[in-house]
Amino acid sequence: MSDVSSISRDTQHEIYRKMYLLKANDERVRKLLRTGRIVATYYSYRGQEVIPAALSVNLTDEDYLCTIYRGIHDMLAKGLPLKDLWAEIAGRVDGTCKGKGGPMHLTYPSKGIMVTTGVVGSSMPIANGLGWAAQLEKKGRVSVANFGDGAANIGAFHEALNLAALWRLPVIFICQNNRYAEHTAYAKGTAGARISDRAAGYAMAGVHVDGNDVEAMYAAAREAVQRAREGGGPTLIEAMTYRFQGHVFGDSDAYIAKEEKAAALAADPVPRYRAALLKAGGSAEQLLTEMEKQIEAEIDEAVEFALASPYPAMSELTRDVFAEESVS
Amino acid sequence: MSAKPNSQDEQMTILAAINGALADAMEADDRVLLLGEDVADAENGGVVGVTKGLSSRFGDHRVRSTPISEQAIVGAAIGASLVGWKPVAEIMLMNFTAVAMDMIVNHAAKLRYMSGGQTHVPITIRTMTGAGIGNGGQHSDYLEAWFAHTAGIKVIAPSNPADAYGLLRSCIDDPDPCLFVENLPGYWAPGEAPTKGHRVPLGKAKIVREGSDVTVISYSRMMVEAINALKLTDQNGISVELIDLRSISPWDQTAVVNSATKTGRVLIVHEAVTRFGVGAEIASTLSEVLFGKLKKPVTRLGAAYSPVPFSKPLEAAHAPNAERIAAAIQTLVAG
Repeated sequence: MSDVSSISRDTQHEIYRKMYLLKANDERVRKLLRTGRIVATYYSYRGQEVIPAALSVNLTDEDYLCTIYRGIHDMLAKGLPLKDLWAEIAGRVDGTCKGKGGPMHLTYPSKGIMVTTGVVGSSMPIANGLGWAAQLEKKGRVSVANFGDGAANIGAFHEALNLAALWRLPVIFICQNNRYAEHTAYAKGTAGARISDRAAGYAMAGVHVDGNDVEAMYAAAREAVQRAREGGGPTLIEAMTYRFQGHVFGDSDAYIAKEEKAAALAADPVPRYRAALLKAGGSAEQLLTEMEKQIEAEIDEAVEFALASPYPAMSELTRDVFAEESVS
Repeated sequence: MSAKPNSQDEQMTILAAINGALADAMEADDRVLLLGEDVADAENGGVVGVTKGLSSRFGDHRVRSTPISEQAIVGAAIGASLVGWKPVAEIMLMNFTAVAMDMIVNHAAKLRYMSGGQTHVPITIRTMTGAGIGNGGQHSDYLEAWFAHTAGIKVIAPSNPADAYGLLRSCIDDPDPCLFVENLPGYWAPGEAPTKGHRVPLGKAKIVREGSDVTVISYSRMMVEAINALKLTDQNGISVELIDLRSISPWDQTAVVNSATKTGRVLIVHEAVTRFGVGAEIASTLSEVLFGKLKKPVTRLGAAYSPVPFSKPLEAAHAPNAERIAAAIQTLVAG
């Protein structure tokens, strides 16, 4: 990080706070899964923290977010409360969705977190609809669709990008390219070196950015958000990153070369940004340490809250299918 | 062409009734939006003109023609509905819902439940289908059972203009996703005109004619065939109670069970393939509720287990017709 940053000191600290929160939360989830205190299908986002942290400081609670099963980082950065998250991961009634959605289907509308999908690519057509609503309302809201590199090869991606460009929707498509679609390496599943190049096919702004570089990611997100707010239409951001864990918790990731993974871990963006903040001056070690301790304490509290929360009542089994309580 | 006040002799086609329902819903609520392939007037107001005049009247921002992108159409409807809009999406033909199945089944139908009731999806998906005009295997299927088998989406299939108007208004009012099935060859059949603003409640069947010997249950275009069948069975002095189901899911179990209890003989008729169809669900329910009380096993009459064929004689033989319905009624009362 250069000494001359386009990001204010307060915002830098906020980005770091979010990055640490995401990292610590992921590590805690995996720890509890290993010890069996919670049982869930879990898709670690570890290594991808910069993207949502640098994006979300450019968004407000009024802006919409659609994300995917590997998306808890996106939601935490957007303001999803830890207690509600943890209770949902544990399947308890105090979770965001009363335990009925689970870690793959979190929703938290008061922070604009509208849909989390378990289906690759499906965040995009729905984010368009939220963008359409924003366009009709004319309040300058934007809609964000997160997805992975694998999702760029499903039909929904192409249908959604075409419609968004055609209707000039205020949507930001963020492809978090973590180099693997499930177990398949990028080059074995995707034709073309860059997904961002596909934006040109839809007459849309396309940006290729180092998604592990805070300054670059912040600038790309800021420009795309501004374009969308001002009626300039959608942007496709391909943010290059790396998935530190296997596809799903418990996956041995034998399909990843050891040297490749070791190099990625050595460049872990979270401690790297911390060091950069300290090196650039103005950030006291003590301030960051206090911030980290505070986050760990909040996670402790959220875990205890979640595990003490009751499971949903049996009446929840058939509630919320429709607005009516029971329909034959 | 909004629905006019009703009068005894006023007639209207189903197509006009649907157009009127959309116009009246858009007039009553600015949040009602239309989207789909060719729906705006610049594109002729729909492939057969169901939405003609609406974009000119309400503006292109509320009536949007779309690319041929069924996932994008339903996805856009879902997204807008999550934050208070009431989109009516047209998926031109029911077979094309297959292209948008992920959006309909995994998203529209499930978001209320998976969000623990925090969000809901008040969309209506209009779609047309039906054999009889030589459209062959990928433009004619009745696929209502797919959707009725999915928790979280309502499935509606009117048979006449007044019900089409009243049910569509109810679908648009409804806080949950509704699939509204229109019969393509039947669009231009006239019937009693609806009253402006009239609503037909979802989940309520209509007893079209009372009778005591046999209950015939049907919906959509097969109701027309069933009504024609009664002309044949009337000549033989058979008293048929005819029920228009109107709503497939939820369905009016009370009306059906009450009628079956009275007659003891039940025939279910639909244009969809018989196997694993709506008739199977109704027959199973009747056997659970009325086991031992029925005079005859419940009979199903649906399409042959095949895709819809093109060749005219084969197409005509694929789905039930008035003669076959009458014959099935005769069999039920014989002996």
